Amino acid sequence: MNIVNLNCNQIKPTMQELEKLNNITTQTRRDILRMVHKVNSGHPGGSLGCAEFLVTLFNSVMKRNDDFSMDGINEDIFFLSNGHISPVFYSVLARCGYFDVDELNTFRLINSRLQGHPTTHEGLPGVRIASGSLGQGLSVAIGASLSKKINKDDNLVYCLMGDGELQEGQNWEAIMYAAAKNVDNIIATIDLNGQQIDGSTDDVIKLGNVRTKFESFGWDVIEIDNGNNITDIFNGLEKAKSKTFLGKPVCILLKTIMGNGVDFMMHTHEWHGKAPNDEQLEIGLKQNPETLGDY
Amino acid sequence: MKNYTFTEKKDTRSGFGDGLTELGLKNNNIVALCADLTGSLKMNDFKKNHPDRFFQVGIAEANMMGIAAGLTIGGKIPFTGTFANFSTGRVYDQIRQSIAYSGKNVKICASHAGITLGEDGATHQILEDIGMMKMLPGMTVINTCDYNQTKAATIAIADHKGPVYLRFGRPKVPVFTDPNQEFKIGKGVKMTEGNDVTIVATGHLVWEALEASKVLFEQGISAEVINIHTIKPLDEEIILKSVSKTGCIVSAEEHNYLGGLGESISRLLSLNNPTPQEFIATQDTFGESGTPAQLMEKYGLNSENIIKKVKSAIQRK
Repeated sequence: MNIVNLNCNQIKPTMQELEKLNNITTQTRRDILRMVHKVNSGHPGGSLGCAEFLVTLFNSVMKRNDDFSMDGINEDIFFLSNGHISPVFYSVLARCGYFDVDELNTFRLINSRLQGHPTTHEGLPGVRIASGSLGQGLSVAIGASLSKKINKDDNLVYCLMGDGELQEGQNWEAIMYAAAKNVDNIIATIDLNGQQIDGSTDDVIKLGNVRTKFESFGWDVIEIDNGNNITDIFNGLEKAKSKTFLGKPVCILLKTIMGNGVDFMMHTHEWHGKAPNDEQLEIGLKQNPETLGDY
Repeated sequence: MKNYTFTEKKDTRSGFGDGLTELGLKNNNIVALCADLTGSLKMNDFKKNHPDRFFQVGIAEANMMGIAAGLTIGGKIPFTGTFANFSTGRVYDQIRQSIAYSGKNVKICASHAGITLGEDGATHQILEDIGMMKMLPGMTVINTCDYNQTKAATIAIADHKGPVYLRFGRPKVPVFTDPNQEFKIGKGVKMTEGNDVTIVATGHLVWEALEASKVLFEQGISAEVINIHTIKPLDEEIILKSVSKTGCIVSAEEHNYLGGLGESISRLLSLNNPTPQEFIATQDTFGESGTPAQLMEKYGLNSENIIKKVKSAIQRK
């Protein structure tokens, strides 16, 4: 269960909003578990770790138009670079109304719009780029940020990336570019869960001091120490927004726990890309009682 | 026989640069990106005219392809510019996922293609790019033959929705096509009428094919030369119609025979009208340093070799 630490000095989110976001998050966890269980494949660990973040971003932070359009004019837009956490992305999109929640039933099935990794190819509303081959999302997000600048559209571009993904060299081309060219209408969030398929990021290839790396490239860096705490996420995102349009790209280091909200999936990389069996599903669902109704 | 002549030689990359300049002035949605080769790609005019729509990305081609994909979101039509090697092989997965699979309206404009890049040698002379690009679902692949055709193609692809690979070259070559030509993607151009053999050529080999046809004519062999600027989608009709008359064919390209135009033609013919075919192409090899003319001769990409292959094809009828 998600434990929310309320700080009396924080005005936002309101208690009511917090309750709403918590309910959506719990339902999203159920969606994630049920989706990957049904097809015995998919990536629950990173999906669960980013549930609070994506629920908060989409429901309380981003300015979004009612109808989806690829061009995303006069609204904030989002890119998922670490496409393997598609279960959380699909759940959040469906529960925001981009498509019917029943369609979550088709995840990874043949003829589905909900491919294993997100794609525009099947026309799923809410998705603006295919991702899955890692390291490409930030460049795309920068391109969309430049497009907004040409269009004099002062809304923001968000991008979520994994930490292991920083091992892909293209990211550093993009990080260098965004700072050099003052792309200051972008907020890139790194999911720092410290895990990747083969083990901890420290074991596989140490990322070193990510904050210093981004800062030395010329980015503004915001840290969210508890990336599974909705209040912290909300305030971190608001702080990040306040740093935009000041000449520098903005990065959020979101420290999360992979598998958060399902106790046996936490603090390990084992559930990066493994589905729960029937018994494990039951345990996970029990820890996250239905809030908005299962799809 | 229609006789083609030329009064000047110009590089096809200048056709791209001038086409881009014209496009920039008439369409505000055109944006251009370059990876530290603005001068080589002849993009300086566009950069000067539209500094707000030109993006210097530095020596970072993967990032360039991703940024181009992103720029389409919001309605821009990005033209990327770098050498053909760095436009394809270096960034294949970026093109595959972020552009082709994502269905983004990016125009990948690639100069210095093939062996005529010359002295820089094999590291820069890509002979595999047509194959890589034509294998991508939804990708249009164009290889132009002279300055005028390259300029016309550059302007035409802006109106085509979807990813395009536009391939052109470095050296100055004869300008022999109409400066006011209408460029139709996917439509071959019959350059000469002939009855004995069909020569289907693309890029720099079109002029060599025309030169070959002149010599063949004097020897009593009438060649039908078809200028195939669009390798994908291939103009099947013009090729099938021609071989039904001539009964044999020579394909000619500045590319490996594996994965090139010739193989696309072979598939077409084997499905519809099996026909003896000879190939002018590099033979599964890398290039090397040398002048363009020396390299074209050494690797058999010239009119002399086309004449030889025509005779072989005719013998196999």
